[in-house]
This record gives sequence, structure tokens and C-alpha cells, in this order.
Amino acid sequence: MAAGVAAWLPFARAAAIGWMPVANCPMPIAPRDHRKRHDELIILNVSGRRFQTWRTTLDRYPDTLLGSSEKQFFYDEETKEYFFDRDPDSFRSILNFYRTGKLHYPRYECISAYDEELTFFGIIPEIIGDCCYEEYKDRKRENAERLQDDQDDNKDCKLPNMTYRETMWRAFENPHTSTMALVFYYVTGFFIAISVLTNVIETVPCGATPSQKDMPCGERYTIAFFCMDTACVLIFTVEYLMRLFAAPSRYQFMRSVMSIIDVVAIFPYYIGLVMTDNEDVSGAFVTLRVFRVFRIFKFSRHSQGLRILGYTLKSCASELGFLLFSLTMAIIIFATVMFYAEKGSSSTKFTSIPASFWYTIVTMTTLGYGDMVPKTIAGKIFGSICSLSGVLVIALPVPVIVSNFSRIYHQNQRADKRRAQKVQKARLARIRIAQTGSSCTGFLQSKRNDLLNELLELTGSEEEEQQLNKGMSLLESQHHHLLHCLEKTTAHEFVDEQLYEQNCLETTIQSYTSHSPSFSSQDGPIGTCCTRRGKMNSPLPNSSLPLQPSHQQGSLQELSALHIQCGDKLPHTTSRSSLNMKTDDVGLINCKGSQITTAIISIPTAPSDTTDGGGLHGPPQRRPPPPPTGPQAPSINTTASSNVIKVSAL
Amino acid sequence: MAGCAKRCKQGLVKCVLSLYKLVTGTLNKDKIDDDFELSIVCHRPEGLDKLEAQTNFSKQELQVLYRGFKNECPSGVVNEDTFKQIYAQFFPHGDASTYAHYLFNAFDSAHSGSIKFEGFIMALSTLLRGSVREKLTWTFNLYDINRDGYINKEEMTDIVSAIYDMMGKYTYPALKTDTPKQHVDAFFQKMDKNRDGVVTLDEFILSCQEDENILRSLQLFKNVI
Repeated sequence: MAAGVAAWLPFARAAAIGWMPVANCPMPIAPRDHRKRHDELIILNVSGRRFQTWRTTLDRYPDTLLGSSEKQFFYDEETKEYFFDRDPDSFRSILNFYRTGKLHYPRYECISAYDEELTFFGIIPEIIGDCCYEEYKDRKRENAERLQDDQDDNKDCKLPNMTYRETMWRAFENPHTSTMALVFYYVTGFFIAISVLTNVIETVPCGATPSQKDMPCGERYTIAFFCMDTACVLIFTVEYLMRLFAAPSRYQFMRSVMSIIDVVAIFPYYIGLVMTDNEDVSGAFVTLRVFRVFRIFKFSRHSQGLRILGYTLKSCASELGFLLFSLTMAIIIFATVMFYAEKGSSSTKFTSIPASFWYTIVTMTTLGYGDMVPKTIAGKIFGSICSLSGVLVIALPVPVIVSNFSRIYHQNQRADKRRAQKVQKARLARIRIAQTGSSCTGFLQSKRNDLLNELLELTGSEEEEQQLNKGMSLLESQHHHLLHCLEKTTAHEFVDEQLYEQNCLETTIQSYTSHSPSFSSQDGPIGTCCTRRGKMNSPLPNSSLPLQPSHQQGSLQELSALHIQCGDKLPHTTSRSSLNMKTDDVGLINCKGSQITTAIISIPTAPSDTTDGGGLHGPPQRRPPPPPTGPQAPSINTTASSNVIKVSAL
Repeated sequence: MAGCAKRCKQGLVKCVLSLYKLVTGTLNKDKIDDDFELSIVCHRPEGLDKLEAQTNFSKQELQVLYRGFKNECPSGVVNEDTFKQIYAQFFPHGDASTYAHYLFNAFDSAHSGSIKFEGFIMALSTLLRGSVREKLTWTFNLYDINRDGYINKEEMTDIVSAIYDMMGKYTYPALKTDTPKQHVDAFFQKMDKNRDGVVTLDEFILSCQEDENILRSLQLFKNVI
């Protein structure tokens, strides 16, 4: 339970009076508050600086150092204060957590010192409020990265159990891991450069031979260039195949950008090999050679900057698209205008609108080649407007792209921010579990504890019982009492999810077991508190204080659960019920042994002795009126036929 | 057709306005007005002595109560959402918002939409330290949702369903859809003396006083503070 609202527990309990007239069952007894009524000031002396607060403020969070009895270890008898030898500056924010319920992270504080303080005082960092949580997480991550970098430099040893394939992949991805990988890395880089260079030099005119005019080197030294090309492509092919072999996920590797670049780089060569000197396809062949220039992109494996640039362009796609779109709009508009303006003049170069596109682009980008120039006055006016607007249209999206690039560049450095989404969800889940889990399951847990108490009481071991009891603070016991009252009001109990599922399962197999008419409750697990309780309205002469009915109440399901563990505890339960006989209005305990299936989960059957109109609710009773027994005499009916011990008390 | 024309006109007006704002350069109007209005709602309770005289609490108890109240609601008033949130914290299994809504209306006797400390403390005083009759009257007012002096079956069904909602889904035995209704039927069986289908305050008080369990459970929270 969020302790910030612990102060409102009295209100919630008072409001529970609204349930009382509706409830048909008696309420459990409230836990006692043995402590002093009034509040007192506590002095916390942290390295000389004294903080004062109310005791109840600290009690709000009983699972921290200051809220629990752990602080007694720091109590100083002489000065009547709690002394902590810690940093007083950090303590300020910790104490504010108790006061306001929100934990803040001061920015000037060192992250590891703050973490240590939190650990010392038993506060989990996930509780840091949303206002400061991002900052805290960022700092923590930076710190972790810094430590990680230091560690990475030291970590060069090969992991022992890597297969050959994994070693190869690791060598490909991180060339610095081994000498072999480094050699490979440089060799491939060298051959990429060679390949690009040959592509370039191929086209340079190489000096004239006497027989022909200037021809490019490629045609002159065909064999040499062909050998060079072959060598490079061989190296690239081998590299690609090796990468393909070593990749952990081949399919994913084949889909990656680098692999596509590799394929595009070596493909034209093979196509060229396949296609011999066929005249009609030589044109296409020449085009394919253009793709050889893509080999230069293979350098991006060698350069981090290239990769980032590529990634940035990809992510700036929307801005680039906008730039392109606005430019296109402007080009079309101005080209049209220029065309119609220059239509009248003679020997004009503006022969059509698409022909004017070239003029518009050259003017808008302020290139101004001068090969197309307007001659009419209208043309000149619109031409000048065109160049002015060109400056504007281009200058506007470019800073957006630039800032985008800078943002992405920095973001790439801290790419873990992307993971903040998952961390946020995980964090919320953790907080939810820590806070509500304790209350949800805490209540069910306490019911089991009560049940264990009962059994322990029986066996006479009181020490263990006390151990169980001391775990719960007064606040928790009051909250649990409130939930008990709600259970009584509605005559249903809180159970675990899995028990609920089991119950739903049980409703389907109950039809097997009814032998006697008194088991007519098999149509549904409708053991309600009232029907279990018997006649509440008739006071019994020998009724003393009602035994803690809450323990009975919550125990049926758990009792059945216990059955699973100890089949021989049956005598305990019977004797326990006999213990209950002495007091009034106690519940029935119906325990079933194993049924037809092996699942030993008992469904408490409703008793056969309640026909009281006033206290009844639930489905109409189909059972016959109870056999007349004396109201004071408890009756234990054991029907051996179905292995059930039915205990009823009136 | 008329609605269509009206919507068109509204859309057109909005369009023109936004165009105007675009031209004049004020795209986002500052929302300071709204914030300002929220922050000045603050309430201080009457003096400690007066409250002590009006309620059955001692000064220390009032101090403790007020400190808790102020901590959770620094502005001095509780509105319904905060109230629902606070109440829901105590019942993590199910959905406490409906019942909290009825509770809120019961606390907020003036129907102002918010509970001040005085109202809060008066109700607490009745619930914890009041006489049996006062407690039962308060409970009657809680059940009587429309404040007409009678509890009819629908109101009671609403209340009981709200209580069952707080239990959540995972209960033993499993909740059926007509469980609240049967509970209400049993309730009316007990309370409605003259079988006219409604329960008046007198019938209610009379029936409750006849029931030992109810009387005993009303005293349960005597020592809460």
C-alpha cells in the first residue's frame, strides 16, 4: 500500500461502517493499537546536522531503514536521538521522500554516492519521481558506459567456448580482436581502393599510339585491367562467401545493406563473363559496368562516419522529401511561367515547358550557366523572381536537415535512449509489484499466516506463532482487517488467481461426489460465510467470546491447500473443529479426501443445517432441512462412503 | 440539415480565426488563465478550538488528522478524482471507484464537488464517535443516492454492486452476476417491514437496532484514531 495515503486509513476504516447494515455476517475483530496515541518528534542527527520529524512520518514506509525497527540500532541513549554517520546533503532528499512521498534526485549529486545512500536507507531507486527519473537514469547509464569502456579496453581475451564460426564472425565484425582479422581488414580495404582506382583510370586516355587516336587506357591495356578486375572480384567473392558462412543468421545477413552492396559490386563482373561479345547486349553490358562504382560503398564497413551519414540520410528522408517536393512545385510553376513569357520572342531556347525545367533549376540553385537566358522583359522579371525564390526555397529546409543530422549524430552516440521505452515499462511494473503486490499478496499471505497460527496453536508451539505475528506492522494489520470486513460484507473471499482458476475447474468435476442429499451443494461452490456459519442469530448459552472468526473464514481455501501437503493432518482439523465447538458461530470445515481425480482440493460443502431465512443469501437452498439435532450439541458426521469428514456446528 | 449548416459555419469561423492567428503570428495562446484559476482554490479550515467544539475529537486527534489530510491535499480540498484515487489504494484487488463515488457524495453533503476538511472531520466524527442513531442515519444517507428519503431496490442494488466491485474478479466462491441482486433481496427482506418496496429511515434504524451483529459491528471502529 502506498504509504503516502497511510494517513487516510482511518478514514477508509470509518467509511467501512457503510457496509455494516448490508453485511450479514459478523465482522472480524479489529487489531489493537497498543502504542501511544499521540505523535512525537524524532530527532535524526546526520553527521551533526539535526533533522526533526514526526514519528508517523517515518512510519509511512515501514520497509525502509527509518521506518522500521532497524533505526533502533542507531539510537543514542544519552542524547535521545538517532545518529547516522552519513552525508547530510543527501539525507535531505531522503527525508523529503518521507515527507512528501516523492523521491527527487539532486542534480549536483554524484550518481554512485546517491545510490549508496539509497541502498543504506533501504529505498529502491525506482521510486524516484518522474520529474527526476530521466536524469537519474541518464546519469546512471553514462556512468555504466564509462565503466564499461574501461573494462572493454582491458577485455581482449578470447572467450573460451566459441566455435570456429563464431570466431570468424567476431573477426569480421571487430577487426581489432586478432591479428589475422586486422590483416584481412586491411587487405580488403586495399583491394577496394585498387578496384576503384582501376575503374577510374580505365577511362583516362592513355597516350596515342601511332595507329590510332587517343584511347582510354582500358581499351589499350585490356588484359592488364581485366586481370586486375578479376583479382579484385575474386577477393570480394571470397570475402562475401566467408561472411555468409560465418553469419549467425544467414537470412538476416543476406538482407542487410552491406551484403547487398557486396553483391552489387561483384555481380557485373560475372554477368560480363557470362555474356560474351554479343553485340546487342553490349550496350547493356556497358551500363552494368557503372555498377562497379558501388564498390566504393564497401568502404563504409571501414568507416564509422560513412555509416552514420548513411543512416542520417535515411532518417532525414522526410525532410529531404519535403525539400524535393517543394522544389518540384516551384520548378513547375516557374518553368510554366517562363515558357509562356518567352513564347513570343524569336529563336528562343524555351521551346517547351520541360525544356524550361533546366533553366528553372539552374536559376533556382543560383548556378546560372547562361546557356538559356530570357530575352523578353516579362521573362527577365520572372527570371529574377525565380532566382530570389530559389534561394528561399532551398535555404529553408536545409537547416532543418542539418539540425536533424546533428541530433541524430548525437543520438547515435547514446543509442540506448531508444531502450528507455522498455525500461520505463519495466520500471513501472517493478514499482507496481513492489507496492501493490505487497498489499494484494500480503493480504492473502497474512491469511495463510493466520491459518498456520491456528495449526501451530494446536501443536503448542507458540514461539513460531510469535515469529509469524511480528512481521506485520500495525498499519498492515489494520488494512488487512479492513479487507476482512469487506470479505465478510460480501461473503466472498479474496483468492489467488490460480486458486480461482482451480475453482472454476472444480465446478466441473463436482458432480461425481454427491452421494447423500446433504451434499446438494455440489451444483456450485456456494459455501458462503453465512451458510457455513449456521445460525448466528440464535445465541448459544455457552458461547463465550467468539474465537477469531476471521481465521476460520479465510482458512477454508487455504486449509484445502494445506490438505495437499499433509494428508495426515486430518486429525488436526477434526480436533481443531472440536476446539471450535466450544464457541459459537464458527464455520464448518468440510474436508474432502482425494476425489476421483488426484487433485486434492477440497470444496467445502455447505452445511445442511441452515435454513434461517434471515441470514441467508446466495442461491436458493435446495437442500432439505437439517436433521433435528440439539442446538447445543455439535454433530460430527462422517460419511465414509465418499471419504468426507463433515463437521457441523450449530 | 440545420445541424450540418451550423457545423459548417463553426468550422468556417474556426478556419478564419486560425488563419488570422497564423498571419498575426500568435499561434498558441498562452494557457496561463486556466492555470491561474486552479491555483487560487485553497481552503483553510476554521480554528482548532471551534472544530474541537463541534466534533467529538480531541485536539491531538484533530492535529493528526489534519496533517494527514493536508499532506495528501495541500490545497485543503479533496475533489472527487483524488478521493477515488486515495480510496482505490486500499482496495487493490478490485475497482473501488463506484463505491468511492457514493462515499464522496455522502461526505460532500453540500454537493459542492469537493470536500473540505470540516466536512471530512464532521463525517468522521459521526462515524467514529457518534451515537448509534447518528451512524445509522449517516449510512442511510449513503444508501439513499438521490436523497429522497427512501431507499429503493435500484439504489440498494447500485450500492451493493459497487461493494462487490471492490472485491475484484478473483474471489472464492466465484462471483455470479446475480449475487448482488440476491444480497439486495435479502437486505430488503430484513429491512422493509411494511413490504412497500422502499426502506425509510425509521424502518432502517429499527431493523438495524434489532440486529445484534450490526450493532456490534458499528462499534468496531471506535478506536480507529
